[in-house]
Amino acid sequence: MLAELTHEEILRYSRHLLIPEVGLDGQKRLKNSSVLLIGTGGLGSPAALYLAAAGIGRIGLVDFDVVDPSNLQRQIIHGTSTVNHLKVESARSRMLDLNPDIQVEIHNQPFTSDNAFSIAAEYDLLIDGTDNFPTRYLTNDVCVLLGKPNVYGSIYRFDGQASVFYARKGPCYRCLFPEPPPPGLVPSCAEGGVLGVLPGTIGTIQATEAIKVLLGIGEPLIGKLLLYNALEMSFEYVNLQKNPNCKICGQNPEITQLIDYEEFCGIPGYDHNERAGGYGWDISAVELSTMMANGTIPFLLDVREPHELQISAIDGAVNIPLGALAARLSELDSSRETIVICKAGTRSARALELLLSAGFKRTKNLQGGINAWARDVDPGLPQY
Amino acid sequence: MMNVKVLFFANLRERAGSRQVELDLAPDVTVAGLKKILLEKFPALKDYLPTVLVAVDREYAFDDTVLSDGAEVALFPPVSGG
Repeated sequence: MLAELTHEEILRYSRHLLIPEVGLDGQKRLKNSSVLLIGTGGLGSPAALYLAAAGIGRIGLVDFDVVDPSNLQRQIIHGTSTVNHLKVESARSRMLDLNPDIQVEIHNQPFTSDNAFSIAAEYDLLIDGTDNFPTRYLTNDVCVLLGKPNVYGSIYRFDGQASVFYARKGPCYRCLFPEPPPPGLVPSCAEGGVLGVLPGTIGTIQATEAIKVLLGIGEPLIGKLLLYNALEMSFEYVNLQKNPNCKICGQNPEITQLIDYEEFCGIPGYDHNERAGGYGWDISAVELSTMMANGTIPFLLDVREPHELQISAIDGAVNIPLGALAARLSELDSSRETIVICKAGTRSARALELLLSAGFKRTKNLQGGINAWARDVDPGLPQY
Repeated sequence: MMNVKVLFFANLRERAGSRQVELDLAPDVTVAGLKKILLEKFPALKDYLPTVLVAVDREYAFDDTVLSDGAEVALFPPVSGG
């Protein structure tokens, strides 16, 4: 027996009650439904707002991060007034302002193999709004093993992908992408940038698909991958197939429990603002500044894209973008002390690995990138 | 010989330096065979091709899918942003 709607709810959801595909029964079904959002960032923001507005009775939010000013270009559930607040709390207060009749449950922690089952088990459907491959594979595997639909969305600059992975009825994420790409090959939004409205488009599609699946209406993107390009305003579809050799939903599944996804993907499950050394190859912004003040001027190699140097740069740095570095090693002097610089230390760490493997021995990575330099050494430069 | 059109999406365009290319191939070339040919023409795709999603005429294709004359092959990289 589904919980009834109050008079206030009937008024609030009036426009839903007028469409026969939803109607009173459908709205009651939404009220009795639950959705877990993995991530309250670019994709999670519009998805959470629309699901709250639509009257999904119980919505869970998983995120461990705090709101940063650089999030607000696209993460519209947060606001200037909630900068430095926990994302899950910021999102919850906005959702309850929009709709106080729903329950919002917050999980202020990274989604990991240790907690994923216990968190996800309590919800009807998951929405993958994460920003990294390890958590995407984890979300997929949790959904396959628990038999829940996974409403998938992913973005890059002007391109978006969306699908509904529901292994009981169609393919899963691993059927499409059995193996993750090599670490570092696919830039995150923090590295590669993203058009702010793009996650709005894709996250809204995810919310739409979630509502369709919960109501059992229309044709959800099960067995179909939507590929959107904002520059061309193109929507392409690829018909998908279940992969009989899929390691988790195929005929002879090898994966029967959650694995170590960071090891599987070779990268951490969440964006680290500053790469945490560990190699002995890091130099801090303050150390570099002291070294230069003492008269030792190393070769400064900035591996960002040229347009990023217009935002901030260290005087004298030479720009060779990471993608072009391998082909331009001959321009560099391997005997000279070289400091590699990028925005936050991730790309430069990759460049460093490349240089080390090419025989450069006197090379270090500027920890935290130019943003750390702007923060700790030269406040005249902006952080971005 | 047969003719196929290959379309690149997302960051594959940047790596290939091109949005699409038309290729004349021997009959019965598979997706795996096409990947080898693309690798020769676009060495910058080397690291991407093993994990790219391939669609032939808008249908998901496996490595052993055989291409036919006039096929439109689309390559989509995995993306992870959110």
